[in-house]
Amino acid sequence: MSTEKRRQLASIALIIGFFVVWELACIVFGIKDIVLPRPSQIITTLVTRFPAILPHAIPTLVNTLIGFALGIIGGVAIGALIGSSRLAYDVAYPLLIGFSSIPKVAVVPIFVLWFGAGFAPAVLTAMILCIFPIVVNVATGLATTEPELEDVMRALKASKLDTLLNVGLPRTMPYFFASLKVAITQAFVGTVIAETVASNRGIGNLMMIASANFDVPLVFAGLLILALLGVALYVLFAVIENRVTGWARRKDEFAGG
Amino acid sequence: MTTEVDAALDRSYVQLDKVTHTYGRGERQVRALDETDLRIDKGDFIALVGPSGCGKSTILKLVTGLMEASTGYVFVAGREVGAEPVRVGMAFQNPTLLPWLNLRDNVMLPLKIVPPFRQDYRAKRKTEFRDRIEALLTQVGLAGFGDKYPWQLSGGMLQRASLCRALIHEPQLLMLDEPFGALDQFTREELWAIMQELWMTHRPTVLLVTHDLKEAAYLANRICVMAARPGRIIDDSVVPFARPRTVAMSYDPEFVSLTQHLRELIVSARTTVEAQS
Ligand SMILES: Nc1ncnc2c1ncn2[C@@H]1O[C@H](COP(=O)(O)OP(=O)(O)OP(=O)(O)O)[C@@H](O)[C@H]1O
Ligand SMILES: [Mg+2]
Repeated sequence: MSTEKRRQLASIALIIGFFVVWELACIVFGIKDIVLPRPSQIITTLVTRFPAILPHAIPTLVNTLIGFALGIIGGVAIGALIGSSRLAYDVAYPLLIGFSSIPKVAVVPIFVLWFGAGFAPAVLTAMILCIFPIVVNVATGLATTEPELEDVMRALKASKLDTLLNVGLPRTMPYFFASLKVAITQAFVGTVIAETVASNRGIGNLMMIASANFDVPLVFAGLLILALLGVALYVLFAVIENRVTGWARRKDEFAGG
Repeated sequence: MTTEVDAALDRSYVQLDKVTHTYGRGERQVRALDETDLRIDKGDFIALVGPSGCGKSTILKLVTGLMEASTGYVFVAGREVGAEPVRVGMAFQNPTLLPWLNLRDNVMLPLKIVPPFRQDYRAKRKTEFRDRIEALLTQVGLAGFGDKYPWQLSGGMLQRASLCRALIHEPQLLMLDEPFGALDQFTREELWAIMQELWMTHRPTVLLVTHDLKEAAYLANRICVMAARPGRIIDDSVVPFARPRTVAMSYDPEFVSLTQHLRELIVSARTTVEAQS
């Protein structure tokens, strides 16, 4: 316990140290605001102009979460299909690889063409960016289920669905949660890309306008709020992961709860 | 009803007719089982012994319907395997418990899957089923461990739980593939007694694969000895000892001479293979 505490303190100290060094470097080398604002300036901007930032932060968060939710539903469905059927695997894998190699900025105009600017492109871009890691991890988890576990289920004459629900999916949970932590940050990237290109709301749009006005502290304030939201959601999923898949790491909290 | 079918077709409860099994194809073919006939009566307890690689697990998998025979037919309860409405319990050398479930829920798994229990699963899982599991866990010496997760238990405890999972749905057919193989001598002997008691109360039809001749003679009514390359049954003998049997009985002269005899059969089966290759 004490080593764990010490490790936590050390990591917090290092993170604070990073911002202190940044602050000092800006002062010592006389770096201008317009190039790289100091952390204290960024935080001040974030606080003082928060009423103006908030109406942009909310749509970004909402779009990201909707896109992410759709990504989870689609990702689990496709992953389950690919992971449990050889044919689906052979057909879908090359398609997915091809699809994921397309730069996502390139598809935003297509979404705008189909659905108009605003809400839809942001959600859809968030979804397609976060779906790939989910599909790959769910499929991998299912495909690597131990043959002995499958034998147990087949001896019980379990249906494919029973096997999927009782063995396949629970066993895949650690892979699934590992992918969620990647996927949520990807979803933010997707939303912001789409907002930058095709929306008049959201943090992406705010940063576009701020940089056009050379309002660099506001640009960085946008970055900071994105980073904070990303970290918050990452932590949320890490906590859920710990509760749900503690068995994979033999956690005693899991056994207790 | 099943007895009518059995009588009509004159088939044993478990019956292998001219069954062979070959793994792989082309160059890498392995003939795991040569033409084999085997009949097992309902409620009987058969042990399969023989050198490593002689096809014991293969027979078990064929009878359970986990694989199809390359040629020949496997019948269970008068029907071709797979179609029969028979509850099967299975335990392997590894406990193969699900790591995300505690012991109780692991043992509960068959009740969730297998009819007629699955129909009542929601209604009874917190009451009747739970009590039954508790009783069975107590019987194998795991009282009070229902809330533990597999990683919190020793290998012997996991193996006991795995036996419970094989038995909880009152299987008519019980397939045991070296379930006591990884245990220490004392735990093993304790589990033999438990296994015998369970068999005598529920009377499932049991097929036990083992390397331990004493175990075979203690538990089984009949012992089939197999030889390798290709796998086949070379001896089939009845074990005459009265039940319940005890570990002390395994020092009786008849018991010792039976295990001696089995030992010689297996040794000669092994040496002929070596001479051939
Ligand atoms: N999946 C497989 N693919 C190819 N060959 C196999 C496979 N499973 C078993 N064999 C071969 O079939 C033969 C019989 O295997 P089996 O597992 O039935 O033996 P066994 O009697 O259970 O041996 P052991 O006592 O070591 O468990 C062996 O020669 C083995 O190499
Ligand atoms: Mg084997």
